[in-house]
Amino acid sequence: MDITPELLDQHNLTEPEYGRIKELLGREPSFTELGIFSVMWSEHCSYKSSKIHLRRLPTEGECLVQGPGENAGIVDIGDGWCVAFKIESHNHPSFIEPYQGAATGVGGILRDIFTMGARPVASMNSLRFGPIRDEDSTGDESGKIIQRNRRIMAGVVKGLGDYGNAFGVPTIGGEVYFADCYSLNPLVNAFALGLVRREQIFYGKAEGIGNSVIYVGAKTGRDGIHGATMASAEFDEAAMEKRPTVQVGDPFAEKLLLEACLEAMRDGAIVGIQDMGAAGLTSSSCEMGARAGTGIEINLDLVPQRETAMTAYEMMLSESQERMLIVSERGRERQVLEIFQRWDLDAVIIGRVTGDQRLRVVHNGTVVADIPNVALTDEAPRYDRPQIAIIINTENVEPKITAGLKKVETEIRAATRTQVMTEALRRLIVSPNLASKEWVYRQYDHMVRTNTVVLPGSDAAVIRVKETRRSLAMSLDANGRYCRLNPREGARLAVAESARNVVCSGARPLAVTNCLNFASPERPEVMRSFSETIDGMAEACLAFGTPVTGGNVSFYNETEGRGIHPTPVIGMIGVIEEARHTTTQWFNEPGETILLLGLTRGDLGASELLMTLTGEETGAVPTLDLESEKAVQNVCLTAIKAGLVSSAHDCSDGGLAVALAESCFSSYRRAAQGASIDLDAHAAESDQHDVASLLFAESPSRIILSAKPENIAEIEKLAKEAGAACVRIGEVGGSDLTIRLGGEMLIEASVESLETAWRSALSFHLDRPAQMAAD
Amino acid sequence: MKFGVVVFPGSNCDHDTYHVVSKVIGQPVDFIWHKEEQIDRFDAIILPGGFSYGDYLRSGAIARFSPVMRSVRQFAEEGGLVMGICNGFQILCEAGLLPGALLRNRDLRFICEHINIRVERVDTPFTSACEPRQVLSLPIAHGEGNYFCDPETLDALEREGRVIFRYCDAEGSVTDESNPNGSLNNIAGICNSERNVLGLMPHPERASESLLGSSDGRAIFLSMADSLREMIKLRA
Repeated sequence: MDITPELLDQHNLTEPEYGRIKELLGREPSFTELGIFSVMWSEHCSYKSSKIHLRRLPTEGECLVQGPGENAGIVDIGDGWCVAFKIESHNHPSFIEPYQGAATGVGGILRDIFTMGARPVASMNSLRFGPIRDEDSTGDESGKIIQRNRRIMAGVVKGLGDYGNAFGVPTIGGEVYFADCYSLNPLVNAFALGLVRREQIFYGKAEGIGNSVIYVGAKTGRDGIHGATMASAEFDEAAMEKRPTVQVGDPFAEKLLLEACLEAMRDGAIVGIQDMGAAGLTSSSCEMGARAGTGIEINLDLVPQRETAMTAYEMMLSESQERMLIVSERGRERQVLEIFQRWDLDAVIIGRVTGDQRLRVVHNGTVVADIPNVALTDEAPRYDRPQIAIIINTENVEPKITAGLKKVETEIRAATRTQVMTEALRRLIVSPNLASKEWVYRQYDHMVRTNTVVLPGSDAAVIRVKETRRSLAMSLDANGRYCRLNPREGARLAVAESARNVVCSGARPLAVTNCLNFASPERPEVMRSFSETIDGMAEACLAFGTPVTGGNVSFYNETEGRGIHPTPVIGMIGVIEEARHTTTQWFNEPGETILLLGLTRGDLGASELLMTLTGEETGAVPTLDLESEKAVQNVCLTAIKAGLVSSAHDCSDGGLAVALAESCFSSYRRAAQGASIDLDAHAAESDQHDVASLLFAESPSRIILSAKPENIAEIEKLAKEAGAACVRIGEVGGSDLTIRLGGEMLIEASVESLETAWRSALSFHLDRPAQMAAD
Repeated sequence: MKFGVVVFPGSNCDHDTYHVVSKVIGQPVDFIWHKEEQIDRFDAIILPGGFSYGDYLRSGAIARFSPVMRSVRQFAEEGGLVMGICNGFQILCEAGLLPGALLRNRDLRFICEHINIRVERVDTPFTSACEPRQVLSLPIAHGEGNYFCDPETLDALEREGRVIFRYCDAEGSVTDESNPNGSLNNIAGICNSERNVLGLMPHPERASESLLGSSDGRAIFLSMADSLREMIKLRA
C-alpha cells in the first residue's frame, strides 16, 4: 500500500520520522507496521519530548527497589514488604467520554500495580475541571460551558467510583481543583498503590528463549484503536468524533484478572507479565522483549477476538481493557491456563519468546510485521524541543487585595474590619477549590479492605498494613496556578507540600511518583516550563531524600489553541512506623494549646484570596526555603513520634485562617471545636503586620500543631534546636473561631455556620435541579 | 464452630469478613468458592459485600443461580445461620431467602459513609449481644441499598418483629434525615420468619476494630459466635 503524506498525518508521524522508520527497517513498512510505529513513537508511549529532561530527576535512594522504566515503581517499607505505586493521566479520554475515560484510567493504573505482583490496596486521584459556579461565568457561551464542566465532573467522579468500588480498592484521597484553563482540558490523574513481598515481585520481561507467550483476560475488540495517538495531539472542535478511541471498562473482568494473575504468580509458572495498556498488544510484546534482550513472535489468529474480521492492524492497536500478556516457563503453560480457566477468563498461548530481539507478528499465515524491538523502544525519536525564556511573574498584588477587600466591605455594608475579614474567610471556604470534597469522596468506597485509618479529608490518606506494625501515608499535590506564574518554584512548592502533608500524618516521606500535565510541547514556552518544572522537582526531591520512582507525562492538554497551566502532580508516600503515631489535622479537645511552626510572609501572589476577591491569577508565587521547610517538617515529625502532638495540619491554600477553620471542623465521631487565636507573637516573630497576609498568605513551611499544655515546652525546645520558628497562637475551646491581632478582633464566626457553608458548597453547585434537567 | 465466607468472583469484602472472624473474634473460618456445593462442614455462612458477578444487570441477579446458593438455601432451611452483608443482602433478596428488593439509592449515587443504625430486636442470633435499641455506628458503601417491598410484606415484617436494624440519628431517633438511601421505614436490615437468615446493608466488618474508628460491628459477629455455641451445645 502507498504511504502518502495524508496517511502519515493521520498517524501523527512526520516526514523525517517516517524516513527514520525506513532506515531502521531497511525497507518500507507494511500498513500494520506503520500503525505499530505510530503508537510506539507517539508522545504518550515514547516520551519523545520529555525523556531528555526526565533524566535529571533523582531516581536513587536507599528504599528503592524499582525505579522508572517498569510498570510501576517499587520501594521497600521494611519487614520484607514492598510497595508498588504509580500515577497516570487519563485526561484526553476523560474529556471526550468522562465516565469511561475516567473508569479506564483507574483500570489501567490498577493493572500497572498488580502486574508487578502487588495487590492494590489504595487508590487516589487528582482532578482538575473548569469552573462549576454560575458566578464564575463570563462571556456569551459561559453558561453552557459551566453546565458542561459540571457534567464532566459528575461523569468523571462516577466513572472513577464505579470502577474502583466494584474492583474493591478503596479510593482514599486526592485533590480536586477548578480553573478556567481546565474547561476544555479536564485533568484526570489516577494513582494506585499495592503491597508485595520483596521476593514476589514480577517484572515485564520476556525471559527464556522458547518460553510461551500467553494472552489472558478480556477479548480484543475494536475499541481504543489509536488511543495513545489520540492522547498525543491537541484537540480541535471535532474532538467528539474521537469518542470511539475511548475504551470501555469492565471492573468485574479486572477483578477476575487480578485474582487469577496473583494466583498464577504464586504458583511460580510465570516468568514475566505486562499489562496491555496504551498501544495494547504492541507495547506489551515489544517492551517485554526489549527489557529482556529477547524477541517475541505472536500469531494473531490465536488472539481471542470480540468482533469478526479484525485486521492485524486493528488487533495490534486495539486498547481493549482488562488484558495481560504473560510469559510462562515452557512446559508449565497448563498450570497457568488452568488458573485462568478457573476464573472464567480467556487464556491462550499466542506465541513464544525468540532470541532475535524482534517483534514478529503473524496473521493468516503471513508475517505482517517484523520489527527490531529497539526500533520501537530505545530507537524511538528523542527531541530536544526548542524553548524560549518565560517571564516569571513578580507583580505585587497588594493593591489588588486592598481593592478586593474594599469591595467586600461595600458589598456587605461592613462596619468593622472583623466583618470584612470574616466574610473573606467565608468566601474562601465556600470556593470550590477550598470547599469540602465530601460530594466527591462520598461516591468512592474509601473503606473496603478495612485498612483506612484516616478517612478522607485530612492532610494525607493513611492505611494500615495488616501484615506489619506500620502504616502508609500518601498525598497528591499540585498547584497549576503557581506553576503557570513560576514553574520551577511551583514544582518545588508542590513537592514540599506533599512531603509536609505526609509528615503531618506522622509519616517519614519515602518516595515520589509524578504526573506531568502540560500543553503542547511544540510550543517553546511550554517546553521551557516543562524543563523548569523538572529542575524544581529534582531539587526538592533531592532535598527531601525522596527518589522519583516513575510516573507519567501528559502533553497536548490543549483544545482549540488553549492550553492548561503547567500542572505537575506530585504523589508522595511515607511510612508511619507505629500505628499510634498516626495524626490528623483536627483539634481534639478543649484546653489544648495551638502552636504555629514557621513564618508568615506577604505571600498573597497567586493566592486563593486573590482569586476569590478578584478572579485574577497573577503575582509573585511564594518562595520556598528548603532548609526552613526541612526544619519545620523535622520538628513536626519528631514531636509526633515523641507522642507530644494532638493534631497537625499543613497550612497552605487559603492561608492560616482557612487552615485553622479546617482544624476546627468536625470529623467522624469527633465534634467540631472552637479556637481562640491571638496572632501578636506570630506577627512579631514573622515581622509581618499586614492583616490580609497574616490571615490568608500562602507562605510555605508552616504547620499548625495542637498539643496538651504540658507538652508545649518540649515541642518548643525541639523547634529551638532545629532552628524553626514556633509560636503559641491560641487555645482550642468554645464554639467560635476567633482571631485577634493587637487587641483587635479580625475574625469571629461560629464554627458551626462556617462548617455548614463549607460542607454544602460543592453539592449546592452540582446538585441543583436545573443541572439535573440539563443531563 | 466454623464460619464460612462465600467467595463469588466479584466479592470484595470476603477478605475483610474473613479477617474479622478469624483475627478479631478469633473463630475458625474458611472461604467457600462459589462453584462449591458441599457446605455442610460449616455452622454459619456469611455472604460478603462486593459485586458478585459484576452486577451489571441488577445486584445479585446472577448470583442467585450460582451452585453455592443452592446449598446455602438448603443450609438455611435446615436452620443454619446465614448473614448477607451489603451485596450479600441483595443476593439473599434475589434468591428469595429474604423478602423485598434493594433499589437504587434515592439520590441515584453510590454512597460511602458512616451512618447510625438502631438495633430493633435482640431476639435474633445476630443481635443477642446487643442492647435493645442500641445505636451502632457502621459504614455503608452501596449504590443499591434502598429497601423496598409491597405493603403486605412490610406489614408482616413490622408485625413479626423482623426489622432488625433501622437507620437513625446519633441519638437513636428514626428520621428522614438519617435515612441515607430512601429505604422504606428506614430499614437497614431484616431477617426471615425463622430468624436464622439476616440481611443488612451496613458493613459490620468495617467497624470491628477501634483503629478503624468504630468497633460497634463486632457485637454482630460476637452474637453469632455466642448463638452458635448455644446451638452446638443443644445439638450435643
